[in-house]
Amino acid sequence: MTLADISSNLLYVAFVAYLIATFVFGGAVRGNKEGSFKSEGRWGNIAFIITIIGFLSHLGYFFTRWGATGHAPLSNMFEFTTAFGMTLVGGFIVIYLLYRTPVLGMVVLPIALLIIAFASMFPSEVSPLIPALQTNWLAIHVSTVVIAEGILAISAGAGLIYLLKVVDMTKKSNQRFWLEAMMYSLVVVMGFVVANSYFTLTGYEAEFTYIDKDDNESSITYNMPPLVGMNEYTALTDDAMEPLFQTPPIINAGKVTTILWSLIFGTALYWSIRLIARKRIAAIFKPYVKNVNLQLMDEINYRAVIIGFPLFTLGALIFAMIWAQIAWSRFWGWDPKEVWALVTWLFYAAYLHLRLGKGWQGEKSAWLAVGGFAIIMFNLVAVNLIIAGLHSYA
Amino acid sequence: MENLQCKCGHINPPGTILCESCGRSLTEEEQNKKLADMRYEGTARRSQTYNKSIIDKIWNFFSSVKVGVSIIALLLVAAAVGTILPQAQYVNVPVRNDATIKAYYADVYGEIGKIYHFLGFHDLYGSIWFIVLVGMLAISLIVASLDRFVPLYRSLKNQRVLRHRSFMNKQRIYAEGDAPADAMQKAEGKLKELKYNVTVDKNGLLAEKGRFSRWGPYVNHIGLIIFLFGVMLRMMPGFYVDETLWIREGETRAIPEAPGYFLENENFTLETYTGEGEEAKFEEAIDRVGSVAKNYQTDIVLYEAPEESLPGATDEMEKVKEHAIQVNQPLKFDGYAVYQMDFRQNELRAMTFDLTNKETEESLGSLTVDLVNPEKSYDLGNDARVDLLGYYPDFSGFEDGEPQTETPIPNNPGFLVRMFTPETPEGEVSFIVIQNTIEPLGDNQYKLTFQGAETRDVSGLTIRKDKTLPILGLGGLIFMIGVAQGMYFNHRRFWIQQQADGSLIMAGHTNKNWFGLKKDLDQVSEHASLPPYTDQQEEIETQEKLKNQQKVEGDELS
Repeated sequence: MTLADISSNLLYVAFVAYLIATFVFGGAVRGNKEGSFKSEGRWGNIAFIITIIGFLSHLGYFFTRWGATGHAPLSNMFEFTTAFGMTLVGGFIVIYLLYRTPVLGMVVLPIALLIIAFASMFPSEVSPLIPALQTNWLAIHVSTVVIAEGILAISAGAGLIYLLKVVDMTKKSNQRFWLEAMMYSLVVVMGFVVANSYFTLTGYEAEFTYIDKDDNESSITYNMPPLVGMNEYTALTDDAMEPLFQTPPIINAGKVTTILWSLIFGTALYWSIRLIARKRIAAIFKPYVKNVNLQLMDEINYRAVIIGFPLFTLGALIFAMIWAQIAWSRFWGWDPKEVWALVTWLFYAAYLHLRLGKGWQGEKSAWLAVGGFAIIMFNLVAVNLIIAGLHSYA
Repeated sequence: MENLQCKCGHINPPGTILCESCGRSLTEEEQNKKLADMRYEGTARRSQTYNKSIIDKIWNFFSSVKVGVSIIALLLVAAAVGTILPQAQYVNVPVRNDATIKAYYADVYGEIGKIYHFLGFHDLYGSIWFIVLVGMLAISLIVASLDRFVPLYRSLKNQRVLRHRSFMNKQRIYAEGDAPADAMQKAEGKLKELKYNVTVDKNGLLAEKGRFSRWGPYVNHIGLIIFLFGVMLRMMPGFYVDETLWIREGETRAIPEAPGYFLENENFTLETYTGEGEEAKFEEAIDRVGSVAKNYQTDIVLYEAPEESLPGATDEMEKVKEHAIQVNQPLKFDGYAVYQMDFRQNELRAMTFDLTNKETEESLGSLTVDLVNPEKSYDLGNDARVDLLGYYPDFSGFEDGEPQTETPIPNNPGFLVRMFTPETPEGEVSFIVIQNTIEPLGDNQYKLTFQGAETRDVSGLTIRKDKTLPILGLGGLIFMIGVAQGMYFNHRRFWIQQQADGSLIMAGHTNKNWFGLKKDLDQVSEHASLPPYTDQQEEIETQEKLKNQQKVEGDELS
């Protein structure tokens, strides 16, 4: 077995450990039949140990991969996203040691699982570094950012638990709508994973030629049945599905197709869960958050931000600017990734001012924390895959 | 407005809420509160006191947190909007001007692109309104900080040890009751052990720790202001240089905006990963994407011309250093940095032709034309000669019968020549471009036959000088210090007083982390046997909860 193989096996181990731990945490916070929470601590600790095993294995993946590639494994979508899942779990471990909160594990671990699954949809072979990335600043800048984002995501986890407990799921309200919308978007990510895995396993492929925005002929390979065709497309594969409509030349119909399939699979998944459970997904979690200490969740939400925000400033702005000055000759160039790092930073600056200056605590703070996570995910997913810029390495 | 005199005799500036000296509540509203508002120590903030003149109104506008957060939110949204379509600077157009950029947005992005361009979003971050927003943020940072910092500093600097009872019992942490006679001394000792600064005055003591954390927000705001100031400074001449230099292999050129410095390009290298040997592990990835660049490098020699030499004179230059400029490895000298940014490979350098007789194909000799500095005439010996009448490095066609060149770069060289041979002493005119010859004055006997071309690479370098970098760095550093100072430390205080009857009253306050404060107090209380304290905030909350519960039960009953 090569080092790279060991590395990917360790990632599997971590994934499975997190999966088991999620259910044990869920069992711990559910309480026993009599409605008491006597065993929450004991089962919580068992789940925590499983989490630690997973995390050590995850760390093992990270460093063996570092050894295999010869550079910090933070250089493309697969590596960064996998590391994000790792720092998220790392952040949870620290919080658990401080506050003993099994419920946080029940929420954070599935999100980490989703993130790792999402990561594995991207090419994961060891890849060489382009010249711009050949420097120690890769490890310094990206690792600081990924740690900061992991911690900030913990704040969103605590915020989500807060909302799951306080939002009344029996009455129609904006809060209920948005909380459920959040659940739905998580399921859509799962839909993407399922769709992508399904079509990869069945080996779907269809090739098309099209006319690109500069009026040149180009070709594209779809790995999912082409719901949407490129500008003036011609199918090269014989039995390829006829696209339903075609996009203008600036829009990549392949990406639109992927998004549509993710929505189709995600929506199907969402409604099957709803029909089986016969309630909204956010309502399914109600019994699991009964024993939640709201004040503690608010505290964790805030704590995570006051640790994550300075780290984010350091990694995503200061280190980023130093490196940009060295590699690209300017510390700031309004590249989309840079702009979204600034957007994230401004958002958390607003969070802190609203919390400290306007007394936005509790539920308001929880919504803000969740919003911050949405921005981080947008910067990770949409800015890399949709808005092309200097940072599109994946 | 008039100064406020407190019952204790102290004269406070107008707008004060808690007497600076004894801590009594000075407003009726404050008197009715269960807990004192300690956020800014009850001091008189200008924004809360005056609202008459236009200056007051502007001051109050910018000192408000609501306004500050709104500016942040507007900047956030504006910044995000600028990423919907690429900014003009990242757009590729052959010739860059307002019209071509406008056309680009309309052609490539259609209606949406037109609107985006019309609204000025193609240069959003350079637009006046965006810069005005950033300016407003800077003003807000300054005004809001001064409005709070000045009175807070004054108040904390002039703290009195002895406070009025009504101040003490309106603190969140409060205790009163009997205590042993030596309680004060013991408490003092323990507090000192816990690293508190203790001041004793008559029958009271004030213990204080971490006051500097109160300045954290103002320090980090100063950092941001310094940073923004640095960004502004680069608009001043002399602070900032941003030039592009295209330099061919073998060329020596003056460095733009760096008088006296010259750069020679010895060699440009582009390497890609091979996927063999040590790189075998990357084979799969390389196969997937086709090819991955490994290195862009320009080997240069830097020269400096002595100051007294004539401008443009290159013969007295002294070699300063050799350097291999790579991405992430710029050349640095005298405050300048030169970066590897771009390249063009295989630019034509010279072309070689044979002068041949069309019929016999006999050659009279060959000539090599340097495409950057062509000669006027090439003598081939034996009375054969070629005169270069016109040279068009990037031939783009004829206009009114005249050959045109689009750029000065030899992408598609065209030559107008007159060929002299012993047989044709008057000369024959011919126009030559790659793979095509035109004989404008009728059939010729001789022609120039293309034999070969030499090529070379061209490096695209960026010359940068940015004197504002140290200022930006300082701003960033101060910001980080301020953030750490304000977030990871807290300001804790205890006031203890011995009453005339021998009993003690004690109050505690912190700007955050009440848990930590209570832990300190527990240690002091135990050591000095202080009366038990209550957390009045928690008490209020429990009472409210009880009230709500009773209300719910009442509702159910009715």
